[in-house]
Amino acid sequence: MTIRLSETPFDPGAELTAFSRGRTETGAVATFTGLARAERGATAILELEAYPGFTEAQIGRIADQARERFGLHDLAILHRVGKIGPGEPIVFVATAASHRRAAFEACDFLMDYLKSRAPFWKKEHGPDGARWIEPSAQDHADRERWDGR
Amino acid sequence: MARVLLFGPLRDLAGWRDREVEAASLAALRGLLADEDADLGLALGGPGVQVAVDQAVVRGDAALTARSEVAFLPPMSGG
Repeated sequence: MTIRLSETPFDPGAELTAFSRGRTETGAVATFTGLARAERGATAILELEAYPGFTEAQIGRIADQARERFGLHDLAILHRVGKIGPGEPIVFVATAASHRRAAFEACDFLMDYLKSRAPFWKKEHGPDGARWIEPSAQDHADRERWDGR
Repeated sequence: MARVLLFGPLRDLAGWRDREVEAASLAALRGLLADEDADLGLALGGPGVQVAVDQAVVRGDAALTARSEVAFLPPMSGG
């Protein structure tokens, strides 16, 4: 299991290749890559802040839950911090399982958690200045889908 | 001296991100910060703001030592 924060851009393709290598019993690898949106010029730069040590530990707790809940063989989470330009990958999640359903669902579960509960703070810098982004009602509803299931 | 860390919008509001403060408890620390900066004091008790002492989330009061690290964590947003 890998949980990593990166100050510099990363290549999701290379991450997937490395994650998939040598898996002879896995059967299914699902990935999600989130990219920074330009919002039609409203966002020139996205700035992401983490609490080093704490952020990885909190993500690790939910990653352990995901492993158990979906019977994963392995997972990887890579999250950018610092200043991110439009089109650059912000987040990469990979899950490995025997069959596709568990891999897809675990990936979805992890992203719903990362959007609204993981210790990151996100600021948009645009032509009208900077503003902090809080999770939307939709983000909370997405995460709550997994409660009591 | 406890080390106090602010994240996200709290840091912009306070104008600092990292400070040493002499306080024996979390409640005392909140009081000291609020005396200095009433807006920050309110924001630290605002909705959805969590507190971690030595990287563990705490609810209510907590004792602090000279080496404690206290982080105020406003609502989080990743991905």
